Amino acid sequence: MTTPRTVTAPVKRAGDWLRRNAVVLAGLATLGYLILPNVVVMVFSFNKPAGRFNYTWREFSTDAWRDPCGVADLCGSLTLSLRIAFFATLGATVLGTMIAFALVRYRFRARGAVNSLIFLPMAMPEVVMAASLLTLFLNLGAELGPMTVLIAHTMFALSFVVVAVKARVLSMDPRLEEAARDLYAGPVQTFLRVTLPIAAPGIAAGALLAFALSFDDFIITNFNSGNTVTFPMFVWGSAQRGTPVQINVIGTAMFVIAVLIVVVGQFVAARRRKSG
Amino acid sequence: MTAATAPNAAGAPPGEPAAGPGPVVHRRSVRRRLVPYWLLLPGILWLLVFFALPLVYQASTSVQTGSLEEGFKVTWHFATYWDALGDYWPHFVRSVLYAGTATLLCLLLGYPLAYLIAFRAGRWRNLLLVLVIAPFFTSFLIRTLAWKTILADGGPVVGFLDTVGFLAVTDWLGMTDGSRVLATPLAVVTGLTYNFLPFMILPLYTSLERIDTRLHEAAGDLYATPAATFRKVTFPLSLPGVVSGTLLTFIPASGDYINAELLGSTDTKMVGNVIQSQFLRVLDYPTAAALSFLLMAVVLIMVSVYIRRAGTEDLL
Repeated sequence: MTTPRTVTAPVKRAGDWLRRNAVVLAGLATLGYLILPNVVVMVFSFNKPAGRFNYTWREFSTDAWRDPCGVADLCGSLTLSLRIAFFATLGATVLGTMIAFALVRYRFRARGAVNSLIFLPMAMPEVVMAASLLTLFLNLGAELGPMTVLIAHTMFALSFVVVAVKARVLSMDPRLEEAARDLYAGPVQTFLRVTLPIAAPGIAAGALLAFALSFDDFIITNFNSGNTVTFPMFVWGSAQRGTPVQINVIGTAMFVIAVLIVVVGQFVAARRRKSG
Repeated sequence: MTAATAPNAAGAPPGEPAAGPGPVVHRRSVRRRLVPYWLLLPGILWLLVFFALPLVYQASTSVQTGSLEEGFKVTWHFATYWDALGDYWPHFVRSVLYAGTATLLCLLLGYPLAYLIAFRAGRWRNLLLVLVIAPFFTSFLIRTLAWKTILADGGPVVGFLDTVGFLAVTDWLGMTDGSRVLATPLAVVTGLTYNFLPFMILPLYTSLERIDTRLHEAAGDLYATPAATFRKVTFPLSLPGVVSGTLLTFIPASGDYINAELLGSTDTKMVGNVIQSQFLRVLDYPTAAALSFLLMAVVLIMVSVYIRRAGTEDLL
């Protein structure tokens, strides 16, 4: 009786393999779930929709790629978002880095209070923050526009920068700075040539996070932008009026650029590690 | 050169050396002692004016009465809270249910991926991490709109779910409507899960990655099965990640109104939707303010109970 054995052995082996790699398969399935919408966005950037809505596939076309700014206000909203994200990142990174250094390097009164003030904006549903900021602006009679959006973005990105920079500064060895001082470096010199370079990855991570958060923010912007149309606001509006294919083009381009930046960064870091 | 970077490269081993970076004690001069306050001042001022003060304004708005034409006045009208709760309690229930389900799904889906990246990915680790984060860079509204295509009626995904009998189950649970997924609770939960999944994966990964793999070997040496090793070693050690991941998904999900708006119907509106429309369309500021305070209270209560039960109070 050899037949059952030859049949069960491969089945058993496959079962073992499945069991051993269950985590890998489940993980890859999750990754598929995460990437699927990006693939759809990419594929539909080559679509030629029948009507105003780009939700069903009709025909291959590169029209949108050849003319990404061909929709009124789209590229204007994009540059506005980039500008707001740039300044919000600048503000949040400078303010956040200062706070992070103060929290890690100094003992002072009100440290607990400062920590909770940093933590609370992250522990609150964004819609609550957005709505309360709007009541402030309404009460002050401030005119809603790019400035109020910038203020709001700087505010909520600040906490994330503090956390990112704090993590890095915490893992820094203070003896390096002592060594610099022993070698007669002044405080400014020590900061610029020792402290800052070591903290740089944390600051960069915080800045990148701030930029991404600001650029992509919808909820806070929705409440505080008045008639200003940032890129997410444009996409939101287009969901009602009809989505131009160009939106998919820009989404795809952003995805590709982000992946490229990270891959190139990894490559450079790997080479530097090898040669250094 | 290498000596300068060595302490940092060596900073990776778990358990952080005890000689680690404590706060530097500076000489006691008044100028020195003021340094931290100068560092804090601008950022904290920003947060006080644009985060804390607005909450005070909102508190005051929630107890005002009046109209947009005649102006609002503080009349300590606390009944707004009761009326809001009476009118919109189904939205609160929905928010908690949807956000809770999405958080649970994020944990179930995210754990294997975080585990895979931390322990099984080898040289693919960085690429996988990039793929987790990269979707962030395509505006999340665009990605949420893509779900409209994916979940379209009669599309391949819905057809597949129907064939394998998944929709029969969700139908029975009241999460889908016949063979429709779009405009049902399932679509909203799918979108929420998708949107906040990276916020679950990253903290899970960070805490898993810190685990010393020698502990796994030790468990194996002591005849623990892989399942027992996971239950007794890996999972308990990853709890900080589970807790912060849960909070990072549940809190934003409970206040979200984008998924309910884009993927749901009028029957799937969450509190966020109500707050948004009361503030921006109906212009009933007191009700909107009361609702957002109620949401804040619900979230804070649930979070603090959860943190107390999970036993990890130092999350940051």
